[in-house]
Amino acid sequence: MSAPIPKTLSTTTEPPLIRSALLGVALIFLSLFLFLPLVAVFYEALRKGIGVYLAAISDPYALSAIQLTLLSVAFAVPLNMVFGIAAAWAIAKFEFWGKSVLITLIDLPFAVSPVIAGLIYVLLFGAQGWLGPWLAEQNIKIIFAVPGIVLATVFVTVPFIARELIPLMQAQGTEEEEAALVLGASGWITFWRITLPNIKWGLMYGVVLCTARAMGEFGAVSVVSGHIRGLTNTLPLHIEILYNEYQFAAAFACASLLTLLALVILAIKTLIEHYTSTQRQPSSAGETA
Amino acid sequence: MMSRLRQPSVLPGFGLTLGFTLGYLCLIVLIPLAMAFSKAFEVSWSEFWGIVTAPRVLASYRLTFGASFLAAAVNTGFGLVVAWVLVRYRFPGKRLVDALVDLPFALPTAVAGITLTTLYSSNGLIGQFLKPLGLKVAFTPLGIIVALIFISLPFVVRTVQPVLEDLEHEVEEAATSLGAGRWQIFYRIIFPAIRPALLTGFTLAFARAIGEYGSVIFIAGNLPMVSEITPLLIVSKLEQYDYQGAAAVSVVMLIISFILLLLINLLQRWSRLRHG
Repeated sequence: MSAPIPKTLSTTTEPPLIRSALLGVALIFLSLFLFLPLVAVFYEALRKGIGVYLAAISDPYALSAIQLTLLSVAFAVPLNMVFGIAAAWAIAKFEFWGKSVLITLIDLPFAVSPVIAGLIYVLLFGAQGWLGPWLAEQNIKIIFAVPGIVLATVFVTVPFIARELIPLMQAQGTEEEEAALVLGASGWITFWRITLPNIKWGLMYGVVLCTARAMGEFGAVSVVSGHIRGLTNTLPLHIEILYNEYQFAAAFACASLLTLLALVILAIKTLIEHYTSTQRQPSSAGETA
Repeated sequence: MMSRLRQPSVLPGFGLTLGFTLGYLCLIVLIPLAMAFSKAFEVSWSEFWGIVTAPRVLASYRLTFGASFLAAAVNTGFGLVVAWVLVRYRFPGKRLVDALVDLPFALPTAVAGITLTTLYSSNGLIGQFLKPLGLKVAFTPLGIIVALIFISLPFVVRTVQPVLEDLEHEVEEAATSLGAGRWQIFYRIIFPAIRPALLTGFTLAFARAIGEYGSVIFIAGNLPMVSEITPLLIVSKLEQYDYQGAAAVSVVMLIISFILLLLINLLQRWSRLRHG
């Protein structure tokens, strides 16, 4: 009873000096590449005073950019939500040939450069594109107009909700739905009453991620937009124009709006993770990513 | 036909949901992507080859892949340290730091671009300290690496973190009791266990970085042959109405992205096998 009993972890941890060094390296790295940029957005936005800030975000061009950004979110999120639920239902509840190929295809937009996502729609709908002459005859404008922006946004956000739901629904299996069907519930009732409540957190998480990406998409939208102020400018494109015109304070003011949104998204994500990990500790242990 | 290709199930909606999934993917993703291939191969193979191996295009590949490789490598090293610190140590503000690691996924790339440019330019908050050292970051290829480090930062942390969390302490305790030092335990026991996750994280970061456009164009300087990345080259070809050239270079990028996607799938399968 002479020597104090060491704490449980002390045999499998590093000496204090190495511990502090590793912690220091991690925090300095994150400061240079994450924390300082985050602070800098707000510092630059408010540098010229609150008046300039408010003027920048209430500028008519800024407001129309915000409107267009919200419009593309309003298309991209519901479309990809229906797609995500349908894809997850087919993939998680059934065994069929070619399933892993299908999962890879769903991931495809993640692997494609946003610039290429914009380009392919220009090749399809642009003036020189495949459908270009026909669209011109019908007087329909897709490229350098709002529909192109919406399409490009939908493309880059296709996988977000499906990716969240597929592993979740696979882990949940089919027993509960089978029980409901055996008890006489219809397919739709089973989905609304059994499946949807089970996947609601994963679905919400996917919607949040999809919204974030849809609001912030730059490359794909930039290629199809034509940068017409007040008409085809989304908020990220508006920021680019302001920045290139050396209106730094205004650019950062608009950027701070998107940064605030990013922080809200991180907060929601952390809350959902916290909630689901305390709710279903045992069953969520096997999930990664 | 369909019933032979899938195992029987009492659940309804297979045809409807699979049909919708395939139809949606074809309309939004596959048919448009096929356009790039069909446009690129409107010309003969030798013309195609000439376009995609022109000196300016080759210089852009070198820059894009080189900078992406370096950024992914930096993130693999530091990402491992960050994941390690987040899993193993306790420090004030840990949960906040953990949540903020995902910031690059949530922050629009254009915002990241203008912010990093401001910070790392020669009179910026960080750049002013690098200037006396002779380091110019903004408007040089070094700036591209900085932007790519930012946008691909979470990948390695988030793939390694769950594996580190699941490692059993008992194995390390056993190794310690058998006389192994910390370093020996790390490279004999911990490193082999996290190697698939590290590789997956590296590949994800690399794949994300080669396609990046938004953050890079602000910080790069965008000089042809020097600081012009391939996605920017595609855009400038498009702006000159050189659709053929833009499609051809895109096809090269797409094929590389498909190969990386396949590699990531294989790595994840390997990771799952190791990880149980």
